Amino acid sequence: MENDLLSLIKTTLIDGDPERTATLVQQALSEGLAPLAIVEQGLVPGMTVVGDRFASGEYFLPQLVIAARCMQAAMDILQPELLRRQEAVARAGTVVIGTVKGDIHEIGKNLVATMLSAAGFQVFDLGVNVPGEQFVEKVRETGAQILGLSALLTTTMTEQREVIAALEQAGLRDRVKVIIGGAPVNQRWAESIGADGYAEDAVGAVALARRLLGR
Amino acid sequence: MRPKLSLLSPDLIERIIDEGMQLLMDPGVRVHNEEALRLLEEAGAAVDRTTQVARIPEAIVRRALATAPPAFDLYSLDGEPVVHYGGDAVHFDPGSAGVAILDSATQTQRPPVTADFVRFIKLAEMLPQIDAQSTAMVCRDVPEEIGDLYRLYLVLSYSRKPIVTGAFRKDTFWVMRDLLAAVAGGEEALAARPIAIFDVCPSPPLLWSDLTCQNLIDCARSSIPAELVSMPLAGATAPVTLAGAVVQHTAECLSGVTICQLARPGAPIVWGGSPAAFDMREGTPPMGDVGTWMIDCAYAEVGKALNLPTHAYLGMSDAKVVDAQCGLESAGGTLLAALAGINMVSGAGMMDFESCLSYEKLVIDAEIIGMAKRLIAGIEAREDPIALTVMRRLGHRADYLAEPHTLRWFAKELYIASPVIDRGSLDSWERKGRKTAFDRARERAEQLVAAYRPAGLADDVRRELRRITVAAARGFGMDELPPLPEG
Repeated sequence: MENDLLSLIKTTLIDGDPERTATLVQQALSEGLAPLAIVEQGLVPGMTVVGDRFASGEYFLPQLVIAARCMQAAMDILQPELLRRQEAVARAGTVVIGTVKGDIHEIGKNLVATMLSAAGFQVFDLGVNVPGEQFVEKVRETGAQILGLSALLTTTMTEQREVIAALEQAGLRDRVKVIIGGAPVNQRWAESIGADGYAEDAVGAVALARRLLGR
Repeated sequence: MRPKLSLLSPDLIERIIDEGMQLLMDPGVRVHNEEALRLLEEAGAAVDRTTQVARIPEAIVRRALATAPPAFDLYSLDGEPVVHYGGDAVHFDPGSAGVAILDSATQTQRPPVTADFVRFIKLAEMLPQIDAQSTAMVCRDVPEEIGDLYRLYLVLSYSRKPIVTGAFRKDTFWVMRDLLAAVAGGEEALAARPIAIFDVCPSPPLLWSDLTCQNLIDCARSSIPAELVSMPLAGATAPVTLAGAVVQHTAECLSGVTICQLARPGAPIVWGGSPAAFDMREGTPPMGDVGTWMIDCAYAEVGKALNLPTHAYLGMSDAKVVDAQCGLESAGGTLLAALAGINMVSGAGMMDFESCLSYEKLVIDAEIIGMAKRLIAGIEAREDPIALTVMRRLGHRADYLAEPHTLRWFAKELYIASPVIDRGSLDSWERKGRKTAFDRARERAEQLVAAYRPAGLADDVRRELRRITVAAARGFGMDELPPLPEG
């Protein structure tokens, strides 16, 4: 079962080399390996190792993020091929994410977006300083099951509540789970504003999103 | 650029050395050891047998300084030169000869027994920031007379790192030498690749006791490195001015170097100490005092000016529990010692002056040491251009976490602390049980000790160590040694 090229893709992802991951994935395709096999026997096992090493303290954020970039680089190549074959990697879900209005901090939000997308979610990242109506519009347009709201400041965290209110007004609140994050935010705050969940960090956010979607 | 601390002007160093030399003539040094007096007399010193005072002319001292090696290495039990005495190399080992252990459960002090010290050795072995072991505890469950050699026996049984040790008697030195030779593969191998260094302590002011002077001579003759531990107590047993205390330290160490080199020219000798600025309220010798740190760093500068390897007892605390005072005092001394380029810094894990050792403090001190080592590694450009390439590629995107540049450099540039240092959010800290640094250090100590793997001593060496130690114990009425803990 163990294919040399697939295990090479796995180790390249673990070592954190996006360019080489892309090259190897291209090579695997041209050697006739199935795109699904590349994902399921190369990329996903690699991400699992990286996630485990991060959890155990052996790996740090740069290794985690760059592994996610390897995943993305590989998926950019594999996605058209999967479409052509009318195959699809089972999507974990669709997420709209952004940093709320008045707040331009993006590191945490980027990290969550990267990890979600590496975990198989389709992620629409709206960037920073995002007005409430834009979140609402994107949720409507994409049919996202998850909306992620980031805020780093005590002065902007209240905007998370405003976005939830806007969702309610638009009649979309029941269709989407709202998850929040950011330095001043915690579980109590999530509960008090009627959000569906809060996570401590990017790894926790992935687990939270999966849990909320019953996966 | 390596950051460096300097406290003395070249002129002041010269005056300190000059006064140190003058003190060796007047009032001279008290030497309560017949062999040392004879060596000094033969070399040309004026010796008064009644008062046992030797007046040592500068020329003799200068000759000794010329034969003392500027550098040497201590070897691991695997034969690697892991500790370099000389230049501005900096290494750390735990504090030495503690008479108490801080009980982890009760946070109270009690006399240590074999199991305590073995646990401490395992912990020091597992902490990469700690470069050498010390014979850190005097175990209460063996006769006092073998207290020194028994602790060396334990370290040799559980560790591969070099050892800072010392003898409490004249006769036990030879037993300790035999223990070391058994591990090193004979006396010649031990001399060629020393695995341990002995602390020898003059008594302030200007006194060499019979015991410590004999240890110094025996070390020299056995080619075992010795570390002079001069301990002026500024304002009590030494002048209160910091420079004055350094003058006394200089005189005592110069006399030590001289006795050592007369016993065997070329014998490895270290300019070390454990001075303190006397506390004028409590009448105690505080190791966490800024004056103490300054005397230490200043005498190290004098030692460097004399082209000798250096040592100091720094990084300790006078606190009785592992609290804020404990952290601030340990950090202050450790950072300064690193900046001063002191070759061996003894004191990690030690508190309550120099009496008590704590597993938790050792674990926290290891983090301080990690930071200190990072500090003296300094700031380098790393790439040329320094940042233009990566900053232009990213433009205004804050996406550095995903950059290969980050992956390439982060582990070299940043000191990555263990989870003993809390850097999580308030929420995560609360969720994990609102643990203090002490709680976290206790957990980490448990994890590290559990992860310890046996030292890998050959069975015949292990038996020989046991045989030597049992023979010494029988001499003092103890037929059976305490059982050794597993590992």
